[in-house]
Amino acid sequence: MDKQISFLDQLFDRGILYDSAVDGLYARSGIFEDVIARFEDLAKSFGKDETSEAMVFPPGLPMKDFETSGYMKNFPQLAGTVHAFCGNDHDHAGLLQCLASGEDWTKNQKATDIALTPAACYPLYPILARRGPLPATGAYVALQSYCYRHEPSREPTRMQMFRQREFVRVGNSEQAIEFRETWKKRGQEIMKLLQLPCHVEVANDPFFGRAGKIMGSSQREQELKFELVVPINSEASPTACMSFNYHMDNFGKAWNIRQADGSHAYTACVGFGLERIALALFRHHGLETENWPTNVRKVLWG
Amino acid sequence: MNSTVRGLIAKHGGLPVSVETLADDADLYEAGLSSFASVQLMLALEDAFDVEFPENLLNRKSFASIAAITAAVGSLVSDAQVA
Repeated sequence: MDKQISFLDQLFDRGILYDSAVDGLYARSGIFEDVIARFEDLAKSFGKDETSEAMVFPPGLPMKDFETSGYMKNFPQLAGTVHAFCGNDHDHAGLLQCLASGEDWTKNQKATDIALTPAACYPLYPILARRGPLPATGAYVALQSYCYRHEPSREPTRMQMFRQREFVRVGNSEQAIEFRETWKKRGQEIMKLLQLPCHVEVANDPFFGRAGKIMGSSQREQELKFELVVPINSEASPTACMSFNYHMDNFGKAWNIRQADGSHAYTACVGFGLERIALALFRHHGLETENWPTNVRKVLWG
Repeated sequence: MNSTVRGLIAKHGGLPVSVETLADDADLYEAGLSSFASVQLMLALEDAFDVEFPENLLNRKSFASIAAITAAVGSLVSDAQVA
């Protein structure tokens, strides 16, 4: 049995996560959630002086905003949309018959106007755009959302439903780039406090198909995305626990977010993979939080 | 081939400038070619020349200039003729 599965099984056996019939969809225990809440407080404390507002999003966003994001151009394989029954009595009877006979009952479900949020910062952009031009100081938002990506896996770090906490900077290109550089340093400081081995490396998103190879290589060449990686499943392929992204004016243009001078806004974000960071802590410091190193406990629980 | 390539860039490149103003070795990214437009351009080139870009050519450099594109497509067309 390989290592990844055994770590997941340990988490189930210890009651930190609870298994389900679907890979990558797990219930969380109180212990696990407490670690995440403590980590979120720590991350928030690093950005508290600059943060202008805070938001928490539901796990879905309006289909129209999802379309505007351009997600289907680049990641159609990961997207999820919400479908619902919209039929009459007759259709309902047909549905029940399908269920009873084990046939596919979902084929007549209709798309609703909600898509599952693929990245925590997407719901923010339309909110900012609706306000009109930004103040000269731009915006600096702390946010959190459940996200969905369709990639079933038994790797505990690759869940289908997971949370990202983010800080997002919206303003001019200098503000966005400076923000990203600051958080690259802060990210490493945070991991040092948590005594987790890590390094930051240039990265690319998992763009779809052959065309995606070009998108990925050009994202790397332009150094638009960096990831802070920690060995969790293996030393050879460490897991991205934070990402530091400079979107240039792509989202500013897509959603028509304007700077004070009327030009399109530039955006950058730092994302913390909350479940992954909790898993990294359990992996490196053990399954019993009371046995974690004193200084790590102090950083998290005070 | 050069004129076909230029025609496809004009159609799919989304450039703010006219393709006629660009030298063969001009940097298309500096001229305004986005990564996404380079992907659209690749698909159009594949249709026009009946070739398929192999993995080693799926990068930013292959679409960096008209000369680079012509060289890449040229190598694929001659491979196809040999085969």
